[in-house]
Amino acid sequence: MQASDVRNTGDAAENSAISEPLLEVEDLRVSFNGANVVDGLSFTLSAGEILGIVGESGSGKSMTALSVMRLLPQNGLLSAKRLKLNGEDLLSASDGRLEELRGASIGMIFQEPMTALNPVLTIGGQIMETVRRHMNVSRREARERGIEALRRVGIPSPEQRMDDYPHRLSGGMRQRVMIAMALICRPKLLIADEPTTALDVTVQAQILDLMLDLQAEYKMGIILISHDLGVVSAFTDRVLIMYVGQVLEDARADAVFTHPLHPYTEGLLASIPPVDRDQEHLQTIRGTVPPVFDLPPGCRFEPRCGYARPICATAVPDLIDCGGGHRAACIRNTGYQFPGVGQ
Amino acid sequence: MISSHPQSDPILVVDRLRKDFTAGKSGFFGESHSIRAVDDVSFTIDRGETLGLVGESGCGKTTTGRLVLRLLGATAGSVQFDGKDVLSLEASEMRAMRRHMQIIFQDPFGALNPRMTAGELIVEPLVIHGVDDHVARERKLRRLLDRVGLASFHAGRYPHEFSGGQRQRICIARALALEPAFIVCDEAVSALDVSVQAQILNLLQELKRELGLTYLFISHDLGVVRHISDRVAVMYLGQIVELAPRGPLFQSPAHPYTQALLRSVPSAAKGRKSFFTIMGDVPSAANPPSGCRFHTRCPIAIARCSTEPPTLRELAPGHTVSCHLAGSPANPFPSV
Repeated sequence: MQASDVRNTGDAAENSAISEPLLEVEDLRVSFNGANVVDGLSFTLSAGEILGIVGESGSGKSMTALSVMRLLPQNGLLSAKRLKLNGEDLLSASDGRLEELRGASIGMIFQEPMTALNPVLTIGGQIMETVRRHMNVSRREARERGIEALRRVGIPSPEQRMDDYPHRLSGGMRQRVMIAMALICRPKLLIADEPTTALDVTVQAQILDLMLDLQAEYKMGIILISHDLGVVSAFTDRVLIMYVGQVLEDARADAVFTHPLHPYTEGLLASIPPVDRDQEHLQTIRGTVPPVFDLPPGCRFEPRCGYARPICATAVPDLIDCGGGHRAACIRNTGYQFPGVGQ
Repeated sequence: MISSHPQSDPILVVDRLRKDFTAGKSGFFGESHSIRAVDDVSFTIDRGETLGLVGESGCGKTTTGRLVLRLLGATAGSVQFDGKDVLSLEASEMRAMRRHMQIIFQDPFGALNPRMTAGELIVEPLVIHGVDDHVARERKLRRLLDRVGLASFHAGRYPHEFSGGQRQRICIARALALEPAFIVCDEAVSALDVSVQAQILNLLQELKRELGLTYLFISHDLGVVRHISDRVAVMYLGQIVELAPRGPLFQSPAHPYTQALLRSVPSAAKGRKSFFTIMGDVPSAANPPSGCRFHTRCPIAIARCSTEPPTLRELAPGHTVSCHLAGSPANPFPSV
């Protein structure tokens, strides 16, 4: 709360539009056994920008994050036209170089702070491992930095906590430890995959507040992956809405939540029971998410779309700019015409 | 005691329900210590009503749901269902009673036997209770599948062939098979994606209207609880701290904990890049704070709160709260 005056409220995208993007992803594809779980994903992230990636289970949002870290499971095939961090190509980087980058330039926070921490090592041991791997410092210095990092994320009596094992901490405290570890080398990019999903709502608010404080201080770019539209709407500058491996909408957070341009986004927003007013009947999106091995030939959302026309069943819409950088993959925005084809 | 509706027709009356779990001994000859997971919880649910039960993890909401169905033995207190004292029934009477009280769990993966088909799973309760003959069960199965939005060919499929939402539909059909009057929904939509969650919530509401069901709806999701409940009880560390009809509870919450919960839910409307936070974590139930259990995190606590436990009192008809300061200038009521 105390740092809210320094927090930007959504202008990072414009401010740094001229500067070199922090992360460039173009035509990213991830496939397992021939099925594309991420299919032609492109986005850029500016330095200091907070990007939200939203989608339901199976939308490919977590696989996108793992691709950027080059941490896909063994049988996952990755291809992309471009995958660059700070101008450095991640596709051709050696395993050794990738190990240097992970933890130092890219930090990651996972959903489950219990499984992400090693239960048989002390918290201090795990933090110091990160520090000593990436910085040439003595054990004593590493310990000092670890204590400082734990203090920064609001862990009481950090000197004692350094020698505790993860099971001694509550879920919220464990997630603070994860954040301290992810940020101890001041990475330029933080990937947070459902960081508060396992937490209670009062603790979730504390963790999100802490992450915004740290972002204002360290100015890192953040990719927040979440299924929770409330969290994303309050936390991010820009949002990608994903659906079975593709981006259907890409816009500033306030625009996505006030004027969604894709029917899927509209349907998602209407599906959430609101906390701040009574609503008797929820709008739902009909049907279910199609499996990746049996996708509709045209627009992937067509079978569930209330606005669908015959052409949607055969034509695949591009992600087109509908003004002000608000992109959506729906031909409704071009009057059911394809851009470039005669009116 | 709590309910004061003029024409109330309670189907469930829970009075001073208590559950202690033993949690190991301190040393070989030491005394075993216990954790009070549910502490003097009382509420009623009227026929055809949905009572929402919200709270954070470890507050005792799930334990309360299981105590009511006698899936767990209570340490003290009473549960009356349809005028019968559930906790003192003989085993055979209890089995008969279970026909009228069912439960839907959070995890539709764990709740269904992977080696039984959807059809077998749905008619299993009928078989166990010896209801109907084979032909009548088959007819009932078709009706139930249709009712929960599944097709009749689904009956021959196994749980792994279904999506999470469809599996939860099977669980619902299974719970409905014995035509119960009362269903405990324990985080029944929490594991589902939002678009599927909305479909299941609408289904539960249609079923309630058509079949005159009564729900105890347990959830940590305040939006979901607001949507489905007629009245809402808020639990903190084993106790109900506030109980009110939905409108007043969400519009003018009287307990500082309820207020904090509601403000903690993020949304762009509450201000971007700012989160309302209260201090600390939920304390351990093994060693709850003295006095008011919320005083360690309460922004308006006074000295009295740390020594004297507040009791539930009625602030407005049907709106009860356990806070010393509710209605005083420090915590005016209504708050908005």
